[in-house]
Formats: sequence, C-alpha cells, structure tokens
Amino acid sequence: MGVKVQTEDFDVASEVDALASGRTDIGAIVTFTGRVRDDDKGRPIKSMTLEHYPGMTEEELSRIEADAHARWPLQASLIIHRTGELSPGDNIVLVVTASAHRQAAFEAAGFLMDYLKTRAPFWKKETSPAGESSWVETRENDETAATRWRPT
Amino acid sequence: MSSVHPRKVKLLYFAWVREKIGRGSEEIALPDNVATVADLVAWLKTRGPEFGEAFARADVVRAALDKTHVKSDARIAEAQEIAFFPPVTGG
Repeated sequence: MGVKVQTEDFDVASEVDALASGRTDIGAIVTFTGRVRDDDKGRPIKSMTLEHYPGMTEEELSRIEADAHARWPLQASLIIHRTGELSPGDNIVLVVTASAHRQAAFEAAGFLMDYLKTRAPFWKKETSPAGESSWVETRENDETAATRWRPT
Repeated sequence: MSSVHPRKVKLLYFAWVREKIGRGSEEIALPDNVATVADLVAWLKTRGPEFGEAFARADVVRAALDKTHVKSDARIAEAQEIAFFPPVTGG
C-alpha cells in the first residue's frame, strides 16, 4: 500500500515494476493514469493548477486505499497524485491495483478513482490561453459514480 | 457552561473559499455559543463581507474537522483545526 502527493511527474512502468518486483503471488495488475486535457467542454486550457490540503490529502487517500483493501483481496496498491501547475498532456494521477485475479484489480481501481474524485481534498483551477482562470466545478456524474459502491 | 478563556482553533480555507476570504488560514478564539460547524459559519458571516461572500452558498462549502470530512451539523467539540473548502475536484 502506498500514497504519494508530489509535484514531480511519475513513470508508470517503473512504478509498476517497483510494486510487483519479486512478487509471484500477483496475477493481475491494473493501472489508471489521469492526464490534463487541452479543453474543458470546448473551452481551451493552457494550464491547470492543483491545490490540495496538505496532511488531510494523504490521510484521506490512505483511508480510501484501506477501504479498497477491506473490500477486495488486493496484494498491493499505489496512489500518486500530482499538485502544482500542470500543462495539457501532463500526468495528474496514477492508481495501481494488484491482485491474484483480474476482477478484484479492475473493480478496486474503479473504486479508488471514484472515491478519490469525491473525497480527496484537491481543487483544480484552469487557465485559458487568454490568461483567464476559473475553478473547476464538481461534475455530477462523479458523485453518481461514487454511489455505485455503496452497500444497498 | 461558558469558559473564561475561549479556546483557540485554527481555521483553514482552500480554493475559491480562500480567494474570497483573502487568506489561507487564521487562528480564532472560538466563541462560547459556537457548538457546531453551522454555528461557526453563521458567526464567521458576521465578521465581514468577504465571509458573507465566501459562505453565500453555505450548502456548497464543505468542512473538515481535524482533517476528516464532516457535515454542517457536526459538533466542533475538541477539534483543533477546522477547514472550509469547495466540493473537491481532484483526479
């Protein structure tokens, strides 16, 4: 298990290598990478700045990760989230889940992303090529996506 | 029960809540009649137009007590750090 909040970029292949190296019990690894797009609903984006709540971010990501381990038989997992100023094409977030079989790894990766998007204290501000900045609004479908993991 | 020396707490503001208030953090003496997060928001709104602006849509602003998400009816109790922020948009 691991959580990292950092300004630096990450390399997906080396993170997966580090997580799975020497392990023979892992049969499935799922990775999800979130990247900065160059437009938001047709509005061009020149850069994106990510603010967060130092301390709470790490605690919340660890809680979400522990929830995933309680729900699925995961052998390992990793969450990396970048902060600061990013450009289109840059990596924002990496989620890696490893399990004996694919289903747990797929489901846990979806769960981690859905919960991260609704609970981890990050805020995105977008800047247009003209230099106008605006805070990104919550997407309703992100809230809806997280509810699918609630017990019925 | 009222205390002679009001307890000090740290307030943190993030994203557009921080921008509207004009600072990222401050220390305040918690008034005796403030028991819940909603009470604190109501009291903050009396401190100036910037707070009125930040909490104009009070149902939109989220809160955390000691780095844990809470609802507005949560009791502040012994919390040391109270944060206010917009709905999160990471990932």
